[in-house]
Amino acid sequence: MSAVQPVRVRFDRVSVDFPTATGPLTVVDDVTFEIRNGEFVSIIGPSGCGKTTMMSMVAGFLQPAKGSVTLDGKPIGGPGPERGVIFQEYGVFPWLTVEKNIEFGLTLAANRKPEAERREICQRYMRLMGLSDFARAYPKTLSGGMRQRLAIARAYAVKPEFLLMDEPFGALDAQTRSNMQDLLLQVLAAEGKTVMLITHSVEEAIYLSSKIIVATARPARIREVVDVPFTYPRDEGLHERPEFGELRSHIRNLVMQEYAAQQRQAARNSS
Amino acid sequence: MLRFLRAAALVAAPWLVIVAAWYAVAYSGLVNPALLPKPHHVLAKFVELAHERLPLDMWMSTQRVFLGVTLGILLAVPVGFVLGWYKGARQFIDPVINFFRALPPIALIPLVIVYFGIGELAKVAILFYAAFFAGVIVMYEGIAQISPIYVRVARTLGATDSEIFRRVVIPLALPHVLTALRVALGVAWATLVASELIAAQQGLGALIQNASNFFQIDIIYVGIICIGLIALAMDLVLRAAARRLVSWQERIA
Repeated sequence: MSAVQPVRVRFDRVSVDFPTATGPLTVVDDVTFEIRNGEFVSIIGPSGCGKTTMMSMVAGFLQPAKGSVTLDGKPIGGPGPERGVIFQEYGVFPWLTVEKNIEFGLTLAANRKPEAERREICQRYMRLMGLSDFARAYPKTLSGGMRQRLAIARAYAVKPEFLLMDEPFGALDAQTRSNMQDLLLQVLAAEGKTVMLITHSVEEAIYLSSKIIVATARPARIREVVDVPFTYPRDEGLHERPEFGELRSHIRNLVMQEYAAQQRQAARNSS
Repeated sequence: MLRFLRAAALVAAPWLVIVAAWYAVAYSGLVNPALLPKPHHVLAKFVELAHERLPLDMWMSTQRVFLGVTLGILLAVPVGFVLGWYKGARQFIDPVINFFRALPPIALIPLVIVYFGIGELAKVAILFYAAFFAGVIVMYEGIAQISPIYVRVARTLGATDSEIFRRVVIPLALPHVLTALRVALGVAWATLVASELIAAQQGLGALIQNASNFFQIDIIYVGIICIGLIALAMDLVLRAAARRLVSWQERIA
């Protein structure tokens, strides 16, 4: 990826505010950045700072109050199958079995595939996500980690060019989380997608991303854009490299400062 | 076989306890024997009536409940759905629903007689009223609790509005329809006696009402037990249907 890739998503001076009982609350304030084709961009910042709001605009659930969010130069009007979203709370359909969940997108008019092809895609992602033995099971019988893998498989099945992930691994134990990160890197290496990831974990952001956007305490502004210099494919050994450690302490510093700012804000508001 | 026997014993146990307690009270002398018939007397009465008016009474009552609940739920499902789905509609209609829901159907009987007379229509109208307001509340509370995430997920996978309705909203609404039906059935049976007080000639409520005029306490017991048995049978059928239709649901027990 040495040639400069075209810009796919652009935030241009974007602001968002939500009405509250005490007047409008600005959650995103004058944010400008871009995501190029094939990039893996993580957004990291204090919880409740407006990261999810940024992703909702790319997903098409929310319009900016000021500025614009564009996809390939056109304003984003609504959700679409080229932008796969993996939600924090998974959202697997409880009334469908594992295989029906994965096939759901492929049975819609927007991306309908013939039965045979659908079966094949479904089988492939079940294998990849370790769900093959649970094809006929309902989500109620699956563990949290399996539901999460199911949500990923369902999003992948419609072959989105973009993956938008909101803390997808937040609820998983450390071991599963690390496995899921490696699995994600494998799939990305094979299928080449553009990714926007929201995370709390500095390690996760560095390990996965090509670019990290550090957001400030609410309202979210851009504190710093950090380029991650490591090449893909990456492996666990990356964590041991001294450059990884330096980057980690730099970003952690920024994030801790923003957490402190958020706490000062909260203290001010309550007094 | 052994497991079957054990299951049967477990099902029978609470009933045996009730019958035993009944005998105990009847033979204890605490209650005037004229006021409390013994279980085997009630059973004998049941067998006797089963050759006379009882089958028709049961049929009439079941038919009225069935008709009232069917009509009530047919209206409660769309109304409850709209109220649950569109928060704007809820604000205005909620107080109206709660006003009418709070009125006991029995209190409406004089008005129903005035407007619908004393025929079948009046009884079905009362049961319809009871079933509708019981069903609509269950339906709309259930729909209002549906998490918006499933609709969002479907949209990001490319679903259109009509696909979302057919493939996401209906499956999510189905369990609430079944619950509404069960609650409405329960309320309808409870209202049945009241509806059959409207000068009914047949029906379990009429049977009980007649028996009470002639102080035939054993017949009152027969009538009450029949209502309970039919309601139980209907509930079992509905639960079996629910197990098949919404087996995907997570349940606490």
